[in-house]
Amino acid sequence: MDTNEPHYKVSVASCTVGFLVSVLLTAAAYFTVTEQLFAKKTTVIVIGIFAFLQAVAQLLFFLHLGQEGKPRWQTLTFFSMVTVLSILIIGSLWIMYNLNYRMMN
Amino acid sequence: MNEVSNSTHDSYSTTLLGFWVYLMTDCILFTTLFATYVVLHNNTYGGPSGRELFDLRFALTETFLLLVSSCTSGLAPLSLDKKALKKTFFWFGITFLFGAAFLVLELSEFTRFVEGGNGWTRSAFLSAFFTLVGTHGLHISIGLLWMIVLLVPVWKNGMTLLSCKRLHCFKLFWHFLDVVWIFIFTVVYLMGAF
Repeated sequence: MDTNEPHYKVSVASCTVGFLVSVLLTAAAYFTVTEQLFAKKTTVIVIGIFAFLQAVAQLLFFLHLGQEGKPRWQTLTFFSMVTVLSILIIGSLWIMYNLNYRMMN
Repeated sequence: MNEVSNSTHDSYSTTLLGFWVYLMTDCILFTTLFATYVVLHNNTYGGPSGRELFDLRFALTETFLLLVSSCTSGLAPLSLDKKALKKTFFWFGITFLFGAAFLVLELSEFTRFVEGGNGWTRSAFLSAFFTLVGTHGLHISIGLLWMIVLLVPVWKNGMTLLSCKRLHCFKLFWHFLDVVWIFIFTVVYLMGAF
């Protein structure tokens, strides 16, 4: 009978931790920009890192990535998506900036 | 008996995996829109740039509304136990309210831009902005509608295994939209503000 129960357990602790980490990182990124703590290039890198950390926190605490049983199909599809995502982002930016540079200079 | 249970269990996790794969493809859709936005964000064609248009405090409010909404959807229990049903409706109710508030703020921002003559036809930057943020807003609207459609039968007939499965998919969808919003907040609003 147990298998008929939905195997979704609400973890208040995990949700609270995810929420607090997200609030802290959002506030940190916001004040980095409004208080102009760093030079422009450094700011972009710093808030980029904050966004990345927050995404990882939410994937772990809200979406429970990597906490499934074997075989880890969800984790596998997630990382193949990340591969495609990286190719798209890095490839587009590389090609477009290169094109811009060659056309404008 | 054992076989039946196993097949129910299998169908539950297969549905979740299928929905997860859909989310991953949706993520690639957002990635292409992000790439387009980053390439075009300086092409303002004499129109206003992000620095002149964006109100960071407004965007921060939107961010917190969606974050609370995502968090409370995670707290809603999905159980066949009748005692849990009140809690489920309570948390999904809060999720809905905060999600709707987010949508209202986003639409009011869009209206402010369009009324100021800065609609999606103004420049390549604004086309990319409206496409990216608008696609996210469209997902939120469909999510809110989906939530109602899923919860009405639960309200009428109580929780079933099928409803649990569908609401579980909805939770994944809602959390995923908040992850996408982190990047919209950072790449569009924060990086555009200086």
